[in-house]
Parts: sequence; structure tokens; C-alpha cells
Amino acid sequence: MFYRENGQFKISYREDQQIFPIAQDRVFVVLLLLVAFAAVPFFASDYMFRAILIPFVIMAMAALGVNILVGYCGQISLGSGAFMAVGAYGAYNFFARVPDMPLLPALLLGGLCATAFGVLFGLPSLRVRGLYLAVATLAAQFFADWMFLRVKWFTLDTPSGSVSVSNLQVFGMPLDTDVSKYLFCLTLLVVIALLAKNLVRGAIGREWMAIRDMDVAAAVIGIRPMYAKLSAFAVSSFIIGVAGALWAFIYLGSWEPGAFSVDQSFRLLFMVIIGGLGSIMGGFLGAAFIIVLPIFLNQFLPMLAGLAGVAISTTVVSHTELMIFGALIVWFLIVEPHGLAKLWSIGKQKMRVWPFPY
Amino acid sequence: MSKVIGDVILDVHNISLNFGGVKALSDISFNVREHEIRAIIGPNGAGKSSMLNCINGVYTPQQGNITFRGQTFSHMDSHQVAVMGVARTFQNLALFKGMSVLDNIMTGRNLRMKSNLLLQALRWGPAEREEIEHRRKVEEIIDFLEIQPYRKTPVGQLPYGLQKRVDLGRALALEPQVLLLDEPMAGMNVEEKQDMCRFILDVNDEFGTTVVLIEHDMGVVMDISDRVVVLDYGKKIGDGTPDEVRRSPEVISAYLGTGH
Amino acid sequence: MAFFLETLLGGLMAGMLYSLVALGFVLIYKASGVFNFAQGAMVLFAALAMARFAEWLPQVTGLTQPVLVNLIAFVLAGGVMFIVAWLIERLVLRRLVNQEGTTLLMATLGIAYFLEGLGQSIFGNDIYKIDIGMPKDPVMAFENVFQGGLLINQEDLIAALIAALLVALLSVFFQKTATGRALRAVADDHQAAQSIGIPLNRIWVIVWCVAGVVALVAGMIWGSKLGVQFSLATVALRALPVVILGGLTSVPGAIIGGLIIGVGEKLSEVFLGPYVGGGIEIWFAYVLALLFLLVRPQGLFGEKIIDRV
Repeated sequence: MFYRENGQFKISYREDQQIFPIAQDRVFVVLLLLVAFAAVPFFASDYMFRAILIPFVIMAMAALGVNILVGYCGQISLGSGAFMAVGAYGAYNFFARVPDMPLLPALLLGGLCATAFGVLFGLPSLRVRGLYLAVATLAAQFFADWMFLRVKWFTLDTPSGSVSVSNLQVFGMPLDTDVSKYLFCLTLLVVIALLAKNLVRGAIGREWMAIRDMDVAAAVIGIRPMYAKLSAFAVSSFIIGVAGALWAFIYLGSWEPGAFSVDQSFRLLFMVIIGGLGSIMGGFLGAAFIIVLPIFLNQFLPMLAGLAGVAISTTVVSHTELMIFGALIVWFLIVEPHGLAKLWSIGKQKMRVWPFPY
Repeated sequence: MSKVIGDVILDVHNISLNFGGVKALSDISFNVREHEIRAIIGPNGAGKSSMLNCINGVYTPQQGNITFRGQTFSHMDSHQVAVMGVARTFQNLALFKGMSVLDNIMTGRNLRMKSNLLLQALRWGPAEREEIEHRRKVEEIIDFLEIQPYRKTPVGQLPYGLQKRVDLGRALALEPQVLLLDEPMAGMNVEEKQDMCRFILDVNDEFGTTVVLIEHDMGVVMDISDRVVVLDYGKKIGDGTPDEVRRSPEVISAYLGTGH
Repeated sequence: MAFFLETLLGGLMAGMLYSLVALGFVLIYKASGVFNFAQGAMVLFAALAMARFAEWLPQVTGLTQPVLVNLIAFVLAGGVMFIVAWLIERLVLRRLVNQEGTTLLMATLGIAYFLEGLGQSIFGNDIYKIDIGMPKDPVMAFENVFQGGLLINQEDLIAALIAALLVALLSVFFQKTATGRALRAVADDHQAAQSIGIPLNRIWVIVWCVAGVVALVAGMIWGSKLGVQFSLATVALRALPVVILGGLTSVPGAIIGGLIIGVGEKLSEVFLGPYVGGGIEIWFAYVLALLFLLVRPQGLFGEKIIDRV
């Protein structure tokens, strides 16, 4: 009843094809943006920013990139951590070596480095898929691990291997408060999400999905698999690279190669699976879920145990976290392989017909 | 109902295709004239789909070559074939199950969409206009095939007969000169078959599209085709008008059944 | 020359250990078409179980004879793995029968995380020892052929022998027995196998049990050598290139692949490493697998992958 589309007629293709064709969706998104940009900075605590909001925004961007490759184009990738690393170190090198390099171009150039890396290690996708492609992307991951650990040039020959950035500013405004960092990342996220959504609902998006669903048939109707797959790798690794640069510059501040290990790749993959493959919104939901879950468990489990009169240590909490994590992944795959995004759209469907059952 | 059948547009010379030890096609030669409806018939396993796959570039024959509009190829590249104006439907419906009917047919228009990645990302000006222009064309096809109510439905949820129409729609979206149809009426009831026949005849009539059709229903074949090729065990055993083929002794004994 | 041979031998031994883990992968893939990312976690779980049982048995029952204690611990751990296999089949695999490969892959990833958490919750997360009486001292051999002799690790040698025995048993199992045949049928096509009356669920439980036992053997050997600790789970990632090289469906391939990777890693580290900054062990196996994927995706001994439209 709340979500009725009655009376909303489309009289042109342009109207029919817009991103949010239903008026209620448009209202919701505008409200969400208002809250995110205007309200949150006033009400959120420092802890909220540092532990939840900033990581969420950056990881949502990375998940978006992974979703384009894995969810829309069907190319499984376990090398996302490596793409983040290339983006981070690429941006770092441009930032630190080129005098007076402004922040934003450095980040974007880092993204382009990731694009080159992504296209290179995406070449195996033209030959293999599924598990075999996963192995190829793992090769990218481990190679990048080694590259940033052993090839000293990337870390500007620092003896410890860790690098850091400071005094970040964009368009003359310093990024020193949590709020400014949050707003900067959020702006980039919204812009990238918009561009990604346009790509995904356009011709290239359909090519990606065609390759995912049946690549032999796609070739026969004139889609070139090579172009489609490599463009997916390129766009996806660009976004992941920029996210990686943001993660390093803004969230971590100083980092080592270990920050972008294979665990990060798995985390991103889980975000995309739980959030929903092939859905822009899925990336957001999955990122939120994966970031909030450990924090939630950290607070909730000791409390629960306290009610039962048992004290539990942090190791127990972290083990339980692993178990719940694994169980959730399996549960999602069994019950709703399309993830939280599907649950969301089912929810909207219920709202459409409420109070009737269907 | 007079139609002018033109010159040879597609010519298949001595095509042989093996899979390991299995000979799918042996020395097949036939031609297809422009604007005609050419049927390929034969028992199951005769190599009919393999023949279409060779024309489409999905399989590469070990021997022989194919001439299309005067250009000869020893093996076809799928993409090139599509660019040259040959479209195809599949026996097992290779539709993109995750996408809606509209999107599936829109993929057929991808060949003609020129905007690059950056323009598409901004979705502004030329990219938006191109999207709308192709949407218009696709809507015409949807009207033609009478599947308007289903345009936003994910293809995987549609019944079989409708999926077959979407497959045809996707092939039509390429605005092809030659349409290769692989058992377009398989699994359909009488009404659905009549509808499909109507579509095929309309396409051939209005747009002059040459149709190469694999079909098992003899009634359909004899009714709508101009000429017929008969395959059996990978070899050609008949080639001519429906009447000629119907009377040919080899075809009768191999396929239509021996006389009583 | 002697140094080269020592490195070679060391590589062969290390490779044998990889092969043991890779065997588990191949088994499950061969029999169900599923790639089991959880194999590493299973190795860890099994090793933890055995180590702790071996510790608790003397306290609970008063038995102290090491061989007996270890044997009972092994059997108990095997039982635990059977239960794990049964549960996995019941709760997870049965519900995901018709899903595509990628979904199943992700599911095994989830199982891996779950097992890691569960194993450490039940059995604890310190480093534990498995002492099955393997001789720890290296031995000097071939002293009359090479000056100074070759240093051979006895433990590795015995491990290699155990692995070889296991492989022989498994090969016989797959090729000669009716169950083995049924397993291969199921791997080819679930639905076809079901339709001729092969009890899918039971077959899968059998396969995962066998894989569990293989994981136990692997865990026992690795654990005896390195101690049982969390990093054992990442062993799965090390063994993945092995199955790519050898072929996902080939038991001998897992062995040969393991040997090649083991030797390759050691040799490249020693002879190539110094030129490029060292530490190339972490990616050597994977890049080798990558090259193989581009040239011969089915590996050395695997079956060719054909796509039908």
C-alpha cells in the first residue's frame, strides 16, 4: 500500500529507463542522501566514524567494483586485495614522488594503475573460468603481495616497508577531521556509484550480463567476449584501486603490504555474495553487514554470556565470529543466493501489496 | 504472395566436421538463395545443428569453406558472422536467464551501439539518445512478436513457448540478412506453431530476410519452405523443392519411412 | 652438485606433503564435481582432534603407551571426521544439489570458516604437538657417492612413503571397486547418476569421509613436522596450484603436481631468489599454475573440458 506504483505512468522511454522509475524510490534516495551528508556528521560520534562509517563507505566502493566483475560479468575473482594494493601504492608513488601532486588526481592515477594490473591479470579469463579463473586471480594476489614486500622501489626504499601519508587536503580544504574525511569518501562513493549504475544499465552492462549468463550465445549475437571481459576487469579494478587508495590514505594513514592480503580478497567476495551478486545496492548492504557484524558480536556476545553468568574472552568471540561468518555464508547460499538485495526487493514487494499477502 | 528469390547469398562447400572419432558432417555442399526459406531436415543426430554451428563460427570444420556474399572463409568468426548480418536462434534456447525480455532483445542491438564506455558512464546526451533509439526498435520487435506484457519479466520465469519467441526476437534485433533458426517450433503445441510460422513468414515477407530453418515437423517444412536440404548421418541425401524431396527414394527410405 | 641434490630432495619431500592435501581436493572433485575449499580447514580440524585426543587419553584412561594412544587418537579423530562429513552432506550439500559450481565453491569457503572457528572453539588454539614417533634426526646418506654425503630428513622420507601408500590405495579404490565407479559417475553428472539409482547422498557422505581421512593423514604428518597450529588451514591455498598443474580429476596428477611444485619452489627460491629480492616461494606455484592455465587448462593428467551449446 505504501509502495504502490498506481498512477505513475511513463510516457517516454527516457522516463521508463531512469535509474529510479518509482517515485517512492526517488524520495527514499533523496532522504538517504540528505541523512548521509547532512545529518550524520552532526550526530555520529568519533568512534562511529572511525570504526563504522568511514570503513563502510570505502568498502562499499570496493564491493561495488568487485560486484561489477563477479556479479555482473560472472568472472570470479579472488585477487581484489591485490587490486586495492596496486591502487594504494600507485597513488602513494604519484603522491610522494611528484612534487605538489594534488590528492584527487593521485587517487585517480592509482586507480588507473590498478586498471592496468587488472587487465593484465584478467587476460586468463579469456581462456578459463570458474575455479581455474579463481586460481589465476590468486596468482595476481600473491604476486602483488610479494611485489610490494620485496621490490623496494614501490615503498620508496623505506627500511621498514611501511609507508604513510599526511597533510591531506582537497581543493584547499584540509582533511584532518573525521567529518571531512567521511564527506570526501562519501562524495566519491556517490559519484562512482552513479557512474557504475549508468554503465550497468547501458549497453556494456548488458554485454557483461550476457557473458555471465551464456558466453557462447553472446559471441553469436555479436558481442566480443574479449572486450566485454577485459572491460569488466578494467572498470572493476579501477574502482577497487581507488577504494584501495582511499583505504590506505584516509582510513589507515600508514600501512604495510599486509593490509591488502588474501583475507581482504575473501572479505570483499563475501560482501558481494551476502549483499547480492549483480546488484549495485548489494555492494552497500554486504559492506554494511560485514563491517558491522564483528562490532556487533563484540558487544553482543559478552552481554549474552553475561546474562548466562559466563565470562568469555576475546578469543572465544573471534572464534564464534568465524563460525557465524561461515554459517551465514552457507545459509545465504542455500536460502537466498541473491543475497540481501533480493531480501530487500522482496520486502518492497510486500510493501507494495500490504495489507494483502500477495 | 509472389516473392522474388534472388541469387545465391550463402554457399557451403564440402564441409566436413569431426569430433574425435565421430564424423558429424561429411562433405556437405548446398547453397541458399536470397529471400528464400531453406529448410534443413533429417533424423536426430544427422548433423543439422552442427551445420548451423559451422556457419556461425561456433565450430570450425576440418575441411571445406563457406562463401557469404562472395567472400569465402575456411572458418567463420562468430563476431564477424554477426557483423555480416547472420543471426541465429538455438535449439536449447541460449537466452540470458538473468535478464529481462527487454534486456535480452536489447543485447541484439549491441552491435550497432557506438557510444564508448565513458559516454555510457555519464549517460548523457548521445549515449542516452542512442539508448532510446534502440529501445524504440526493440519495442517494434516486441510488438511484432506480441510479447508486450512480459517485457520486464526475467526470461527464466517465462514458459517455454514465450522463451522461444524471445530467442527469435533477439535474433531479429540484429536486423539480419540471414536468419538461422534451429528447431524454432520444438516442444510447441499447434497454436504456438501457427504463431511461430506466421512470424517467420512475416519476417521473410516484410523484410526479405533469408531464412535457414531446421525443423522436424514435416507439415511445417513442406508448407513454408521454398527448398529443402536433407541430411542423414552427416551426409546430404536430398536437395530440392519440397515436392522433389518428398518423392526422392533415398529420402523416403532414410527419413520419411519406406512405402507400404 | 650435492647441494643441488639436497635441494631437489627437500623439494620432493615438501611436494609430497602438498600432494597429500591436494589428494583431498581431487577426491571430492572427482566424485562430486565440487571443489572443496574447506579441505585445509578439514586438515586443521582433524589434526587438532588427533592432537588433543592424544593428550586427553592418558589423562582420562590412564593409558600411556605412545603407539596405542596415537592409534586410538587416530581412530577417534577419524570418527570425528566421519561425523563432520555426514553433517556437511546433510546440512549443506543436499540443499545445494542443483546450483552451479561457483555457488558450491563459495559454500565450501563458508564451511572452511566455520570449521576453523569450531575447531579452535572445541580444541583450543595453542600450538599442539603430534608425536607419532617419527625420527626427527636427519640422516647422512650416500656418503661414498658425494663428498660429505647428502642430508636427508628421515621424517620427510617416511611421510613420503605413507603418502605413496595412501595414493596407491585410493587409485585401486577408484578404478577397481563398484563404489569407485559410482563415485566417478556422480562426478560426471549428478542427475544422470541419480536416475540410474545411485544414492547420491550416501555417495557424497562416503566421499567426504574418505577426504576427511585423507585430511587426517595429511594433518597428522604436517602436524608432526610443524606442530598443529592455525596456519595449517592456509595450507589449502598452497595446495591449490598443485591440482591445477596435475589436473583436478587425477589422483596421480595430484602427486606429480605436488612433486613438481615442491621441487620448483625450492629450486627457484635457492637459485632464482637472490636475483629478485627473495621470497618468491609465495607466488612461484601460483604463477606456474597460471601459465599452465593459459596453455593447458586441464593440467597434465586431467580430462579436457568441453563446452556444448
